[in-house]
Amino acid sequence: MSHEVNMHGQSEVITTHEVHHDEHHGHHHKETFITKYIFSQDHKMIAKQFLVTGIIWAIIGGLFSVLFRLQLGFPNETFPFLETILGKWAEGGKLNPEFYYALTTMHGTVLVFFVLTAGLSGTFSNFLIPLQVGARDMASPFMNMLSFWFFFAASIIMIASLFVQTGPASGGWTSYPPLSALGDASEGSKIGMDLWLIAMALFVVNSLLGSLNYISTILNMRTKGMSMTRVPLTIWALLFTAVLGVLSFPVLLSGFILLLFDRHAGTSFYLSDIFLASTQKALPNEGGSAILYQHLFWFLGHPEVYIIILPTMGLVSDVMSANARKPIFGYMAMVGSMFAIAVLAFLVWAHHMFVTGLNPFLGAFFVLLTLLIAVPSAIKVFNWLTTLWKGNLRFTPGMLFSIGFVSLFISGGLTGIFLGNSTLDIHLHDTYFVIAHFHIVMGVSAFFGMFAGLYHWFPKMFGRFMNNTLAYIHFWITLVGAYLIFWPMHYQGLAGVPRRYLDFSGWASFNQFDGLNRFISIVTIIVFAVQLLFVFNFFYSMFKGRRVRTQNPWGATSLEWTTPINPGHGNWEGEIPEVHRWAYDYGKDGREFIPQTEPVGANETPEGKH
Amino acid sequence: MAQAVPAEQKWWSGGKSPFNVEYGKLMMWYFLMSDAFTFGAFLISYGTIRFSSNSWPDPNEVFQSFPGLGSGLPLMFVSLMTFILIISSVTMVLAVQAGHAMDKKGVVRNLVLTIIGGIAFLSCQAWEWTHMFHEGAWWGSNPFLNIDGTKASTNFTNFFFTITGFHGFHVFSGVIINIIMLIMTLNNVFEQRGHYLMIEKAGLYWHFVDLVWVFVFTVFYLV
Repeated sequence: MSHEVNMHGQSEVITTHEVHHDEHHGHHHKETFITKYIFSQDHKMIAKQFLVTGIIWAIIGGLFSVLFRLQLGFPNETFPFLETILGKWAEGGKLNPEFYYALTTMHGTVLVFFVLTAGLSGTFSNFLIPLQVGARDMASPFMNMLSFWFFFAASIIMIASLFVQTGPASGGWTSYPPLSALGDASEGSKIGMDLWLIAMALFVVNSLLGSLNYISTILNMRTKGMSMTRVPLTIWALLFTAVLGVLSFPVLLSGFILLLFDRHAGTSFYLSDIFLASTQKALPNEGGSAILYQHLFWFLGHPEVYIIILPTMGLVSDVMSANARKPIFGYMAMVGSMFAIAVLAFLVWAHHMFVTGLNPFLGAFFVLLTLLIAVPSAIKVFNWLTTLWKGNLRFTPGMLFSIGFVSLFISGGLTGIFLGNSTLDIHLHDTYFVIAHFHIVMGVSAFFGMFAGLYHWFPKMFGRFMNNTLAYIHFWITLVGAYLIFWPMHYQGLAGVPRRYLDFSGWASFNQFDGLNRFISIVTIIVFAVQLLFVFNFFYSMFKGRRVRTQNPWGATSLEWTTPINPGHGNWEGEIPEVHRWAYDYGKDGREFIPQTEPVGANETPEGKH
Repeated sequence: MAQAVPAEQKWWSGGKSPFNVEYGKLMMWYFLMSDAFTFGAFLISYGTIRFSSNSWPDPNEVFQSFPGLGSGLPLMFVSLMTFILIISSVTMVLAVQAGHAMDKKGVVRNLVLTIIGGIAFLSCQAWEWTHMFHEGAWWGSNPFLNIDGTKASTNFTNFFFTITGFHGFHVFSGVIINIIMLIMTLNNVFEQRGHYLMIEKAGLYWHFVDLVWVFVFTVFYLV
């Protein structure tokens, strides 16, 4: 209705909010329970849907790790309750070896994709992009809704795969062929693998629909005055995340389609010269390459770790700056290093394949490019530290988790330098050193960033605060616990303890780690219990938490805090505010903070100067 | 509130689209980039496997039949298919242009021609697949010998059917989209909206599918 076309066939430039208005009608329409809570097109509700689904997945995925840590920590004990809940997968109270693989596979898949991709990006991109750039909703609220429902369908199929007779996929979260391509190769390679692939294909669609929306909302729908150099770093981070998703997930989809053909159509894309022990048969497949799959997988798989970590980098930057009452240090350097990380993300995938038969000459380039990532990462770390430096720190739960994030990112990042060297990788690959590295640098630290974001934006999401005491308990036990779990794994890895082994008892040289394994498992259980405390705090506070009484409880500058305490569909009542400054005017000209909506005063220190 | 913005205004300062496009077109471009990576992954996989093989069947030997004219006509039929698809791109351009001029009849005429072109292409593909199937070619079976006379692996047909099938699926989706556009045009949806931007977005998709065919054609039939 708003597009007018002139004589030359060029549509006129239109205010972006007008375009948006075509899609739905602001906050005037009546909402039923179904349109408000289930098939909602409000970005804030969709964000909450992603969040709650993500939390459920996180509990499931975390529980899996507790189950297999029981086995690793207490290989000689039996746990009859396991048989009660798992049936034939834990006969006699001990995990069946096949099921152990299924647990580790699903733990990885669930946490990497369903929690730290959909649960994290889905929540914060949906929630914060329109609120922080000043838009009434996403570019296409309908596609946004579809995105969630594709995720939901993927979740249902993935959950269903846990209950099939032959068990869920068990070939590792990477699903390398030939194991994943041959149904006869293992129980988990049967129907569980198909369900896994179908769920992941739906997941790719979810990611694509979401990312297209995030990108066009950020580029097209910023409010007046909100130039790209004024948006909060969260927005930049979510933009790069979305671009990575749009360009890397399709390659994974291609890889999966070829894998499905190998499984069911007798093709040999990934298969060649195979003798299958379980059926005592030589397979006719010829000419395929298992390494091809690894290339296709890791072309997504590596950007995927940045899809996980970049959003948290953005969240942490904003939470930290607001709670240090200081501008973020080096805004443009932050943007530049995120851009560098996004570019390098596509150029380093083969460092996951140093020992799979990759040409060592090719490996040398990947070593160089991999180590280059240390540069932007270090820039970001120094910027966070200098943001804290001489700040007027408020140790809110969000702030604590932000600081914890930086600590973990440093600890985990440093071991990346070891692993990025192809020669050292010959010794370290497939050991607990790798497990320790990626859990600290992208698993736990991404969780810390997510917790920082949740504690910080919970008041905006639900109009209530979370309980601080529980939050502090949650923080300290999780931080200490994360180090206690993963720090010792570095020693195990250096000693050569391989990953994916059910039982080390027949391996005399690793008996020295029995006590350590038991220790790690006990800490895992404690840390998991504390996460349940967080879940309790989350749902309890949603209904019974202390009410937010002021519009801007943290004294933050960005736009989301100019909306009503419980914003309706459409976010702002009346006009969308105009923006006059960047999002980091903290501690300027003797004032604690200046909101983005305040015009620049006549005698004010110029933008960017401090 | 639709207002023209003077050219000298800053494009990136917020309050308007920096590319002077509405979000749907922007999304279409990003979707096409994404889809390009899907096809890119397929074609690079094909190249990897082909160049790691000792030898490969000769396309001039494989694709030499023409319905009604028998065999011995290398690449004739696929040239016709390619020609049809490229012509359908031309009619799509004409439909978009008619849309700019708010010429409903022109849009309808050219959309119908584009749809016919798409269906013709799909029919040609169906004939070619059927013909090859009767020669014994399918996923997992390859009757064609390598160019050096040795027995070939099945990957020639595996990749051929997968990638042309995936492309055909895109053409099929494009035909469906164009049919929806046609129905919307006939129902005066765009007349009422005052613009034919949707046709333009469908056009972007259609041209992309054609462009992909140029690559598929090159690597499967020419090289």
